[in-house]
Amino acid sequence: MDEIVSEFLVESSEGLDQLDQDFVELEKNPGDKALLANIFRCIHTIKGTCGFLGFSKLESVTHVGENLLSRLRDGELSLTPEITSALLAMVDAVRSIMGHIEESEGEGDTDYGPLVERLSALTRGEAAPPAEAEAEDAQADNKPEADSKGDESSDPEAESQPAAPSPAAPAPEKSSEAGEERQSKSLSEGSIRVDVGLLDKLMNLVGELVLARNQVLQYTNTAADNGLNATTQRLNLITTELQESVMKTRMQPIGNVWSKFPRVVRDLSMSFGKKVEVEMEGKETELDKTIIEAIKDPLTHIVRNAVDHGMETPEAREAEGKPAQGTLHLRAFHEGGQVNIEISDDGRGVDAQKVLAKALQRGLVTQEQAARMTERSILNLIFFPGFSTAEKVTNVSGRGVGMDVVRSNIEKIGGTVDIQSQLGRGTTLRIKIPLTLAIVPALIVRTAGDRFALPQVNLLELVRLEGETARKGIEYVRGAPVHRLRGQLLPLVYLNRTLGLPDAPPRAEDEEEEINIVVLQADERVFGLVVDEILDTEEIVVKPLGKQLKTVDAFAGATIMGDGAVALILDVLGLSNRAGLAVVSRRVAEAEAEGMAAAGEEKQTMLLFQAGENRRVAIPLSDVARLEEFDAQIIERAGSTEVVQYRGHIMPLVRLSEVLGRHSLPQEGETLHVVVYKNGAGSVGLIVDKILDIVDEQIAVHRTRGRSGIVGSAVIQEKVTDVLDVKLAIDSSGIDLFEHPAKHTEELRA
Amino acid sequence: MTDTSQQYCTFYVDGVHFGIEVLQVQEVLRYQDMTQVPLAPSEIQGLINLRGQIVTAFDLRTRLAMPDREDGRRPMNVVIRAEDGAVSLLVDEIGDVIETRGDDFEPPPATLDEATRSLLQGVYKMDGRLLLILDCDKTLALIDDGSAVS
Repeated sequence: MDEIVSEFLVESSEGLDQLDQDFVELEKNPGDKALLANIFRCIHTIKGTCGFLGFSKLESVTHVGENLLSRLRDGELSLTPEITSALLAMVDAVRSIMGHIEESEGEGDTDYGPLVERLSALTRGEAAPPAEAEAEDAQADNKPEADSKGDESSDPEAESQPAAPSPAAPAPEKSSEAGEERQSKSLSEGSIRVDVGLLDKLMNLVGELVLARNQVLQYTNTAADNGLNATTQRLNLITTELQESVMKTRMQPIGNVWSKFPRVVRDLSMSFGKKVEVEMEGKETELDKTIIEAIKDPLTHIVRNAVDHGMETPEAREAEGKPAQGTLHLRAFHEGGQVNIEISDDGRGVDAQKVLAKALQRGLVTQEQAARMTERSILNLIFFPGFSTAEKVTNVSGRGVGMDVVRSNIEKIGGTVDIQSQLGRGTTLRIKIPLTLAIVPALIVRTAGDRFALPQVNLLELVRLEGETARKGIEYVRGAPVHRLRGQLLPLVYLNRTLGLPDAPPRAEDEEEEINIVVLQADERVFGLVVDEILDTEEIVVKPLGKQLKTVDAFAGATIMGDGAVALILDVLGLSNRAGLAVVSRRVAEAEAEGMAAAGEEKQTMLLFQAGENRRVAIPLSDVARLEEFDAQIIERAGSTEVVQYRGHIMPLVRLSEVLGRHSLPQEGETLHVVVYKNGAGSVGLIVDKILDIVDEQIAVHRTRGRSGIVGSAVIQEKVTDVLDVKLAIDSSGIDLFEHPAKHTEELRA
Repeated sequence: MTDTSQQYCTFYVDGVHFGIEVLQVQEVLRYQDMTQVPLAPSEIQGLINLRGQIVTAFDLRTRLAMPDREDGRRPMNVVIRAEDGAVSLLVDEIGDVIETRGDDFEPPPATLDEATRSLLQGVYKMDGRLLLILDCDKTLALIDDGSAVS
C-alpha cells in the first residue's frame, strides 16, 4: 500500500479512537468548546487528507459531518442526543470506509447517502428526516462516491445506516462491531507510538549493556574457558544487534525535514518572481531524531538563501542562456558512517571578488591576507560571523545572522559544512553530519595518568616524534610551542598544562624520548594537542555532566570505559578557547603558505612527472589524491572525452601532454600512469608519461603567462621544471569539474 | 507538632553530626574510585560510575570550608537525588537514621560561621548533642562565578 495512505490510516484511526471518547465526554458537558474544537479538528484533518488522496466517499461523509460540527462549534446549534448519534454514526462510517481502504484500497460499495442526508438535515437545523427533494443537492455532490461499480445499494444489511434519524443506537452499534472486527487486523496495530523519553532510556540502557559487554570481553580475553568464550561471543553478537536495532528506532528519514521545502521554495520564489523547481534525491536516508531536529533550521536557512540570493529571475536566466526555471537539488547519502547532505542550485553562484571586498570592508581579513587567499578560502569567508553578502536586506535573508549560525549549528552536532561555487553556474553546499550523537567513535589518550576521549570528528592526524626528532621537533616562537608539520607551523597545546595537571615525570636515561601530538581541528583552527600517550580508538557512549560542571567548557561530557572507570570527553573547541588559541583561519593560513610558496620563500612538496619529451612538470602534492596505473585497454569513450570507470564513478581523463601541446612519449607497454586530481565535486585523471619523484624543496617560480595551465617554471633538482596549476589545466582541456559526479554520469550516459 | 516527625540520614564530617532528609537519599556507598575533573570547582572531587550513571561527587569538607581529610582516610558516599540526576556527597562516616520531633527544631544559631550556616535548614536539639540539617539544594548550588577555577 502507498506509504501516504497507510500513514493516513494509522493517524486517522488514532484520531477516531479519541473521537469516541470525546463524544461521550461531550454529551456530559455539551457546552465544552475545547472538546468540540478537538473533534472538529480531527474530522477536518481526515476530510482534508482524504480529499487529497482521492477518497471521495470518505470525503463526502466527513464533509457533512464537518459542516454540522462547525455549526455546533460556532454555537449556532446545540448538541442533542440525536445529533450525537448522527455524529457517532458518521465516525463509524468513517471507520468502516477506512477498513475497506485498508483491505482492498477501495472505499467499498456501501451507500452512505442516507447518512449524509441525515447529517445535512441536522446541519440545517431540521430534526425530522429530510425530504427527498432537499437531500438531492447533497446527494448530487456525492454521486462520484460509487467509485468502481456505481452500485450504490449493495449489502444494505451489513453496513448501511438507517435513513430515518432514529436516535436509538442499534445501527451505529452494529457497524461499530463491524468496524472493530476490521480494526483487529488493522495497520494501526502494526505500529505504536512510543514516547521519545522511553526510547532515550532504552538507548541509555543499551549503552550500558555495550559497556558491560566490553568489560566481560576484557575478562574473557584472559580466560581459557571455552564455554565461557563461546557464550561471550554470543553475548557480543546479540548486544551489537540490539544496539543497532535500538538505534534504528530513533532513526527518521531526512525526507521528513525536506518535505516542507517545496512549499518554502514555492512561496519564496513566488514573492521574488522567480521560478524554482526542487529536486530531491535520497529522501529515505535515515538520521537520528535529535540530529534531524538540529539540522532543520540550518537546512531551511540554506534553502532560503539559495532561492533568495542564488537564483536569478527568469529573464536574467534566459539572458544567460539558462532555462527560465531554476533547479534546487537536494541530495542525501550515507558515506563512511556519516550522512552527506548537498544543496545545490544552478543560480548565479557566489562572486568571490564581492565576498572578498565585503570581508575586507568588514575587517574580517587584512589586505595582506586577502592578496594570498585562494578562491576556496574566500568562499568560506561567508561562514565567518558578521558576514552577509546580500546587498539589500530582504525579509527572508541577509540580516547578517546567516551562514555563521548555520555553521555553528552544524558544528555543534559534530558536522562540517563546505561551500563550492562557480560564478554564473551555481553553488553547492555540502554538509557532513554523524549518524547519531549518542554513540561516537573517539580516540582515547592519556595524560597525567588520566584517560580522556577525543571525538574522532575533530581528529585530523596523529604525529609521533621519537628520539632525535622528539628533542628537536618542538620549537618556540616567543615562548609559544610549535611543530613544523610538513613545512607548516602547527601551534601546540599541552593537554596537561591546559587542564592544570602536572607534567609527566621526566623519563629515565635509557628510555626513548617520545612526543605524541594529536592534530585537531575546531572551527577554522588547527592545532596539535600534546598528550602523554595515545591509547586506542573506541566507540563511546556520551553521557552528560552534572550541571555543576557545565561551566567547564573543556569537557563535552563523560563516558564509561571498558574497565568501568569514568573518562572525560574533551571538547576540542572549548579546549582551544581555553588554550587561548588565536582565531587564525586555517584556510587563511594555508592560503598564506601558498602565497609564500609562490613567492619562493617556503618549502613545498611537489610531485614531479614527465609529460611530453624532455618536459618535466611539477604540481603541488596537496592537489594529488592518488597515483594510479591503468591498463590502456580499460579506457572508454564518452562523447569526445576519454573516461575510465574508477571507484564506482566515471572519471574523465586528460592527456596532459596534449593539453601542454607536446607529443607524448611512445608508450612503454600498455600501462598508463595517472595522477588522480580530486576536488569536492569529482575526480579527473591526468595521464602523464612517467612519474619521476616527490621533492620537498624551496621553489622559486619564474612566472610566465599565456600557456595553458602553466603557472611558471622553476629549477627543481637542478633541472628546469614547469609548475602546473591543475585546475587551470583541466579547465583548458574542456572538462567541467564543477558538474556533480552523478549528474556527470547521467549526462555521459544520455 | 509532634506528628511532624522526620527521619534523617545522618553522617559525620570533621566530627560534626549532619543530617539529610531520608527521602532525599538514594543510597549510601563505601568509597568509590573517582575520576578527577580538572578545572572544576574545588568542591567537586570527581566522577563516580554508579551502575553506568555518571555521578558528580562533592566533598562536603571543602563545601563547608573545613580542613581536608587526613591522608589515607577514605570518604563515604551519600548519594542524593537532585533535580538533574544523582549527586554524591563525600562524608567521613555514616551515622544512624534518626527520627526527630518537630518541636526540637530551631533555625541555625547566629553564631555559626557563615559558610556552614548558609547551607543549613536548621538544628535539632538531641540528647547531649546537636544535629545539623543540611539544605541539599543550597549545598549543591555552587557559586557560578568565582568557584570555577579559570
